[in-house]
Formats: sequence, structure tokens, C-alpha cells
Amino acid sequence: MIHQYKLNGNNIVLDVYSGSVHVVDDLVYDIIGLYEQKSKEEIVKLMLEKYKDDETVNEEEINNVFEDIEELKKNKQLFTKDTFENKAFDFKNRNTVIKALCLHVAHTCNLNCEYCFASQGKYHGERALMTFEVGKRAIDFLIENSGTRRNLEVDFFGGEPLLNFDVVKKIVAYARSIEKEHNKNFRFTLTTNGMSINDDVIDFCNKEMDNVVLSLDGRKEVHDHLRKTISGAGSYDIIVPKFQEFVKKRGDKSYYIRGTFTHNNVDFTNDIFHMADLGFTELSMEPVVCSPNDPYALTEEDLPKLYEQYEILAKEMLKREKEGRPITFYHYMLDLKNGPCIYKRISGCGSGCEYMAVTPWGELFPCHQFVGDSKYSLGNIFDGVKNKELVNKFKNCNAYARKECQNCWAKLYCSGGCAANAYHASGDITGIYEYGCKLFKKRIECAIMMQVEKEKNENN
Amino acid sequence: MKRIKTLNTRKLIDQDLSKCGCGECQTSCQSACKTSCGVANQKCEKSAN
Repeated sequence: MIHQYKLNGNNIVLDVYSGSVHVVDDLVYDIIGLYEQKSKEEIVKLMLEKYKDDETVNEEEINNVFEDIEELKKNKQLFTKDTFENKAFDFKNRNTVIKALCLHVAHTCNLNCEYCFASQGKYHGERALMTFEVGKRAIDFLIENSGTRRNLEVDFFGGEPLLNFDVVKKIVAYARSIEKEHNKNFRFTLTTNGMSINDDVIDFCNKEMDNVVLSLDGRKEVHDHLRKTISGAGSYDIIVPKFQEFVKKRGDKSYYIRGTFTHNNVDFTNDIFHMADLGFTELSMEPVVCSPNDPYALTEEDLPKLYEQYEILAKEMLKREKEGRPITFYHYMLDLKNGPCIYKRISGCGSGCEYMAVTPWGELFPCHQFVGDSKYSLGNIFDGVKNKELVNKFKNCNAYARKECQNCWAKLYCSGGCAANAYHASGDITGIYEYGCKLFKKRIECAIMMQVEKEKNENN
Repeated sequence: MKRIKTLNTRKLIDQDLSKCGCGECQTSCQSACKTSCGVANQKCEKSAN
């Protein structure tokens, strides 16, 4: 399968199953488009007619292009056949270990964000804080169920995890105290709205957290519109100086300023550039996930504008890189040479089998987006995973599990998409969230185009 | 190939599904997205697979 598109003056041809990316001129672009639909004779005739005013195009030249295409086919770089499909259906039989937990240390929040999928941190349940005993058991559970996997990830999430910061510190200290004897390496992440950041938080997180995710939606008026304090005031002025201080002291360690855009700010690149103006360089901006009936839900009419925004962002990032003031956008971080292996590309995020969320009470769910939905309870950290049938369903929820993905060129970039989004949009984890797919494909097209431009620059 | 420029990419088709997938990499959703799934932007812990 191939996918070809034009972007920023480039004719790009992606060979899906080899992962090869080719940049071609108009003649080759047209021939590749017709290659599997028409005979060579027909294509030659069509090309001679189309390029009759181009003196570089003649029958011999067209034949040369056919030879090049054949050579790329022979090298498995073009029109490569799918050899993964049959093997992917065995994925439910694969042995998986749990390697990551999302610890919901606080089902409560000190903000009252209108669009929060976690229902202001409560996940449609009671307010609660995780005790150290539950957190400690979660660490033991992870070690016990991680087999020989060395790198283990723990994400402190909520609600707002800093509302239970003492327990976060104790859980980290406990994990650090036993990681060596178990030959494990814990990587901690904390996601915060910033309200409770102080020097203690900054010092601790910059020492212990591999990554911090800091929630900011961009421009003050955009951020304050939906991210409000309990009393209804905007939170921008409180958190921005804290984030700036946090990041300044963080040095080279990872962080993301992570925003959500909605129907209210389809010009979201202005929010990303605002984040950059504030001095942040590691940026992520996600489309809101909500009911289509919510007033801020993204609409079909928004789509063309969003596509345009992703292009604006890619071009601006290239420009800034040339000017020596680069910014990183999470979804454009594509490493074509050293990116994920084919197994990862097919198997996906690992939710429900390799990755689970733990509630303040120790109940296990496939990921943070399923928490509170009793149908998706997997068991608990004390008695273990009980709903093996559901785990198997998640194991098999991969790039080949969805009929809609069968002919999609992007499936080895998204692994079939987010199970939670699919569930909320279609009622089934093996359905799809079509709107998300459209945005995802646009982002990948832009990300590949940026790699093309970077390679062009390196060669000049 | 004067009309075709091929980028240097990790060739997926040559990888053996039974040999790759060490699993040491990050679970994709944990880095920054939290509400979508993308694996292509994840780092490989041992890209020599």
C-alpha cells in the first residue's frame, strides 16, 4: 500500500509496509498514482500527453522512471505487500507483562475545568486520595507483574496529583528503595494543573520525575475560558509564573506544556506560539475529547481550519528551527531512522494489558480514560487482574483489529488508534473515532513533510 | 535516481515480529497526549532491532 500527497511544495510517497518515504517529481508522482491501475502502455501514453510541453519528458525518460519504480519494488521500498496481517491476529496469545501504571493519587482537583474528561477529577465517583499503603502495594504489584522488563513507568495522575503530594513523595521513595534489588528502573511522570507548584514540588520533581506534563491551554483568554478555579476565576495568572520557574530549573530534563484545544480556539497554533513566547519549547496540544453535544466540541466545519492550522504549525516550526529557536511539538516528533519497531507499531499503546490505571482504592482499569466505568474494571492490585477476557480483548486491540483500518495508510503510525476514544465514539474499543483519525492523519502528513524538509536542508 | 529521493528510514518489512518488541519503550499515552494514541513518535530503546 502506498500513500501519496503534496505538501509544502513536496510530492511525498509513503510506502506503508516498509515505512519508506520518497520525495518525487511530478512525473514520478503521477506514474506511481496510476501504476497499479493502468497498463504501462496506457500510462506512457497519458504521461506523454500530460507532459507534452516538458522537454525533459519523453518515452525513454518514462521508461527510466518505470525501471526506478521496479528497482524500489525489488528492494521492498515501494508497493510493499503486507506481511504482518496474519501474524498480528496471534497477538492475543502473546505473553504480556505490566510495565506501566497510571496512579490516580487524587480523585479531586483544585480547578474546575469545564471540559475535564475526569469530571473535575472525580471520575463520576467520590472524591478520594490514594493512601501510601495503596500506592506502595501498586508498586509491588507492578514489580510482581513486570517479568524481566527493566524499565517501569509510573505516572502520577488525577484529578490533581499535587493535592496528595506527600503520598507521591513516599511512593517514589519506596520505589527507589527497592528498584535495584529487583533490577528495575522506575521512570516517573507527573501531570499537573500547576496550582500547587512551589519550591518543594519543583525540587522534588526535578530530581525524581523523568517527565512532567504541565497543563496550559495557551493564550490567557483561551486558557481562562475553560480552566477555572473553584470560585470561577481564571487560573492563567496563577500557573504561568509557576510553570516558568519549574521549567527554568528543570534544565535538560523532559517536560511538556500540554494544552487542549476546542471549538473555541480552532486557531490553536496561536496558543502554541503563545506558549513559545512564554519561553516554553516542549509543547503538546490535543484536540478536546468530549460529547458532540458539548458547546466546545469540535465540529465537521472546524476540520478544514484544523488541517490548515497543522500545516501552519509545521511550516512555522521549520522556520524557527532555521532561525535557531526551535520548538518541539509532541505529535511531530517523528524519528524515521530510529523510531518504534514493527511490534510496537502494531500492538499500540498497551492499555489494558501492559498499561493500567489504578484508582485511589486500588481498582484496576485498562487506562485512565476508562476509570469509573464499572464494565471496564479489571480487578485490583491486592487480588490481581481478574477479568482476563477483557485483558485479552485489549491485547488484540491492535492495528489489524478494526475493519475501518484495513485500507488505512496510517495504521502503523497509530496502531489503530486510542481504545478509549473508539469506545466513547462507537461503543466498542475495536471501533474507531473517525474525527480523531482525520486529525491524526493530517498530523502524520505534516510530520513526514518536516522530515523531508530537514533532509533537504541537510543535503544543501 | 534523478527524479526520486528516498529518505533514510528504519525498514519495517525486514523486521521479524517474533524478535522485535522488547517492550522496554514507554507506553505511548504516558508522555503527553493522554487522550489519543500515537506510537510513531515514540522512542525505541534499542533501535538496532
